Amino acid sequence: MQKNNDFFVTSKELYSQLQKAGLNFFTSVPCKLLSGVINLLEEDRKIIYTPVTREEEAVGISAGAYLAGKKPAIIMQNSGLGNSINAIMSLLNFYEIPVIFIISHRGSSGEKISAQIPMGSITLELLKTLNIESFVFTDKAMLGRLEGIVDEAFFTKKSKAILLPFSFWGLV
Amino acid sequence: MKRYEALGLITDCLGGELLVSNIGSSSQELFAIKDRDENFYMLGSMGMASSIGLGLALSQKKKVVAIDGDGSILMNCGSLATVAHNKPKNLILIIIDNKAYGSTGYQKTFTASCVNLKNVAKGFGIENVFYAKDKSGLRKILQGALSKNKLAIIIVNAGRDDKPVKPVPLTSIQIKEKFMRCL
Repeated sequence: MQKNNDFFVTSKELYSQLQKAGLNFFTSVPCKLLSGVINLLEEDRKIIYTPVTREEEAVGISAGAYLAGKKPAIIMQNSGLGNSINAIMSLLNFYEIPVIFIISHRGSSGEKISAQIPMGSITLELLKTLNIESFVFTDKAMLGRLEGIVDEAFFTKKSKAILLPFSFWGLV
Repeated sequence: MKRYEALGLITDCLGGELLVSNIGSSSQELFAIKDRDENFYMLGSMGMASSIGLGLALSQKKKVVAIDGDGSILMNCGSLATVAHNKPKNLILIIIDNKAYGSTGYQKTFTASCVNLKNVAKGFGIENVFYAKDKSGLRKILQGALSKNKLAIIIVNAGRDDKPVKPVPLTSIQIKEKFMRCL
C-alpha cells in the first residue's frame, strides 16, 4: 500500500465498526485492500474466524454459523461473488439466511490490474440480480452507517453487501 | 450397503446430534427414514453440506454430523482443507461414496476411476479418517466417533440405490425454523 499509515488507520476503523455492528463470525478470502482487516481478524481471540479456500465455501460456513445464532460476515473481493452465486441463491436466499458481505470493489476507479475490470463492471448489477441490497462506501466517513445496515439485514433476514472501492481507502 | 441403509443406520445411531444432509436423494431418504428436528435438509447448493456442518461446529458445542456424497465433496474439495485447518472436535463428516451422481441418473464420479477419498482427506491433513466397508463397520466406526471428542471423517462404501423417494415435503423456512429451535 502506498499510504501505509492511512491504510492501517482505515483498516482499524473498518474493523472496529464491524465489531460495533455485532458481527461475530468471520470468514475471508484475501484481497490486498483487505489485508489490514484480515490481519486484525487473525489476531482477535474474541471472535470466530477462519480463512477459506473459496468464497462459496464461506457462504456455506456462514449459513451454519447463522443457524447456530452467530452474525456472520464474509470478507472478500468482488471476484468471489461469481464463485458463490448458486450458494447465495439456493442456500442464503432460499432459507432466508442473512450474511453480511464486506467486498473490496476491484475494477472500480483506480484499478491498475486490467483483469479486474470485467467482474468489477458487473458487480453492482450482479448483487441486484442476486437480490442483495448493496451499499457503496465511497469514503470511510460512511462507516457510521454500517451498524444500521447490519441490524436491518438480521431483522429482515436478507443479506447485504458493503462495497469498498479504492476511494474508501483514499487511494484515488 | 445401499445409501438408504447407511442413512438408516446413521439415524439409528444418533441421539440429539445436529445433522446436515446433502442435496437430492440423501435428504429425501433421511426424511423418509425418520424426520428429526435436528436435521437440516440442504435442498439446493450442491457441495455446501460439509461447509454448513463446519460453520455449525465452530459456532456451538453440540456434536454435528454432516452427510456428504462423493460427487458433492469433489465439487467443494477445498472444504476438507478448511475442516483440517480448524479441526473442530464436534464435527463428524460422513461421505457416502457410491462412486456416482446418484440423484441425477448414476453418472460415474471420479471415485469410480481414480480418486481415493480416504487418501484425499489424509492428504489435506485430517488425521482421523475411517473407511466403512459394510454396515457393521459403519456402525462400529460411527459409534466410536460419536463417543469421542475429536474430528472424524468417515468414508462409506455404498452401492446403487433403486428405491424411489419423494421430495422433502417441507418449505425451506419450516426446515430452518425447526432446526434452529434445537439450538
